Amino acid sequence: MGRIIIQRTFGAGVTLLVLSGLTFALLALMPGDPVDLLAGSDPRLTPDDIARLKALYGVDKPFWERWISWLGRLAEGEFGYSRMFGAPVADVLPDALLRTLSLAIAALAISTVLGIAGGALAALKPGSIFDYGANFLVFAGVAAPSFWLALMGMALFSITLGWLPASALPADPDAGFFERARHLILPIAVLAALETAAILRHARAAVGEALTQAHVQTARSKGLSDFRIVWRHVLPNAMTPLVTVLALDLGALASGAVVVEVMFGYPGMGKLLYDAILGADYNLAMAVLLLGAGAILLANAAADVAYAAFDPRVGFGKAVT
Amino acid sequence: MTAVALNMAETPTRRAWTRFRRNRAAMFGACLLAVLALSAIFAGAITAVLGLDAEAVDLASRYAPVSAAHPLGGDELGRDVLARLLQGGQVSLSVGLAAAVAAAGIGAAIGLLAGFQGGLTDSILMRITDGMLALPVLPLLIVLAAVDPTKLGMSADSGGAASVVRIVLIVALVGWPGAARLTRAAALSARAQDYVRAARAVGVHPFRIAIRHVAPAAAGPVIVAATLAMGQVILFESILSFLGLGIQPPLASWGAMLAHAQDTIWERPMLAIWPGVAIFLTVIAVNFVGDGLRDTSNPRAVENR
Repeated sequence: MGRIIIQRTFGAGVTLLVLSGLTFALLALMPGDPVDLLAGSDPRLTPDDIARLKALYGVDKPFWERWISWLGRLAEGEFGYSRMFGAPVADVLPDALLRTLSLAIAALAISTVLGIAGGALAALKPGSIFDYGANFLVFAGVAAPSFWLALMGMALFSITLGWLPASALPADPDAGFFERARHLILPIAVLAALETAAILRHARAAVGEALTQAHVQTARSKGLSDFRIVWRHVLPNAMTPLVTVLALDLGALASGAVVVEVMFGYPGMGKLLYDAILGADYNLAMAVLLLGAGAILLANAAADVAYAAFDPRVGFGKAVT
Repeated sequence: MTAVALNMAETPTRRAWTRFRRNRAAMFGACLLAVLALSAIFAGAITAVLGLDAEAVDLASRYAPVSAAHPLGGDELGRDVLARLLQGGQVSLSVGLAAAVAAAGIGAAIGLLAGFQGGLTDSILMRITDGMLALPVLPLLIVLAAVDPTKLGMSADSGGAASVVRIVLIVALVGWPGAARLTRAAALSARAQDYVRAARAVGVHPFRIAIRHVAPAAAGPVIVAATLAMGQVILFESILSFLGLGIQPPLASWGAMLAHAQDTIWERPMLAIWPGVAIFLTVIAVNFVGDGLRDTSNPRAVENR
């Protein structure tokens, strides 16, 4: 067990290191460096000054040299300075992280309950209205662009009906909890709708698989109620594969969160990233990208470990496909 | 089923077609896709016949209601929405097709290399593929879209046609992992076949084996992967264009149209419906066809129900 944890964490760490190098290279390919931006805002700087400043800040060095020094600073717990916020990146991140986590966790909780309940219902009654409904939702969830779903939500609930605000934050910064929660209903609902479709698909497959097993057939022939069968005999078996696929879906959830945050003006990690890239705030972009990727890689590693812990048949070293 | 099984003279292609035709979702998708493709190809002719013009700015028909002159109304500049939708479809579908072919090409090359070489090459390539599948796609797309092409030695021209080429490259760079996995699986099973082992035994060059004997066996999965990738890349393109990082004016894809629709959503929420419906129908049609192709190309495929 200990070996598995070390193996997976190490794997995630290596992936993250490679990823940070790639991201650094890509950011180096973006238009303008900090000195160019400074030169654009101050016409008194001569080309000589600019060259001197570039040498001073080291932005004239090749990207890999800068990457290594960036890694060195990171090892000291230093994320660098955010150009946009005029503050250390480490000061900007916690609030944004908290906002994104509350959005994502709320959406994930809702969609897990709805997705598993719907998936179980569809698998129990194949060919029923639930089954067709689930089928439709799964296909629609894959094909509907996330931003369009958000637009339709705004058009219907904010503009036509006027029930919900179209921005994720109240205009009044001192608004109470309920007012703030009301502003989050629409963003959470959009994100949850997308995620429900994904979970529904996996849940139906997993429950369908578990239903064919002998002990479930026995429970059925004993005349146990559907609810009891699913709750006691099917879900415990179906959960293990479900956890793994749910972890794999976290990437899609993060992409959805970026869209929702940008569209509803919610200053979480996704909006921070979007603004940082467009505003050439590369220290901030780097920190957000790696923190997000690190969280998802760790969640995947944790799901792998949990899979091995719950299911004694899974041996490590063998690839689980 | 029995008719197919008894008629041994049938070619595999014919049999696959019979199976495909019997798949109602796939046939529905294929018909829908045909309609969408035809309306994109003949967008110019259709608008001309209807007497519409996608670019004519006419402030008198600003936000025009649905009428005989404007079947879907007018937009914020009085341009005809139906004509713009047809023109946007041209851009969205051609970008989707080109990027899907490119993504499937990249994926096929990587999958073939991984499956055929095995060993360390395989481990490294599959690690990268799995990483691409687990990590969020959108941040990567945004980062790639912000890369300055002049720093890669490309021309500085960023409007119109250049933005189309750029977006095709970007979404293809993100859309290949699915194709890589399918191709690798096919290459792995082909590698174990007797004819490949025979070729190896008589000393045929590995590259020649890969191209002549393994690649054809992977052709089916690659076509399936390309179809499924098309739905994905169309979504990628639409979202980048929606965020203002994709197709640049004067061209407009469906995603770019939705970006404008968001700007005017408080005045005319209806304008946000049609481009989204178009994307939705296209992706659903492509996915139905892709699923159908997958089931028909694999005779052992078990029906879902």
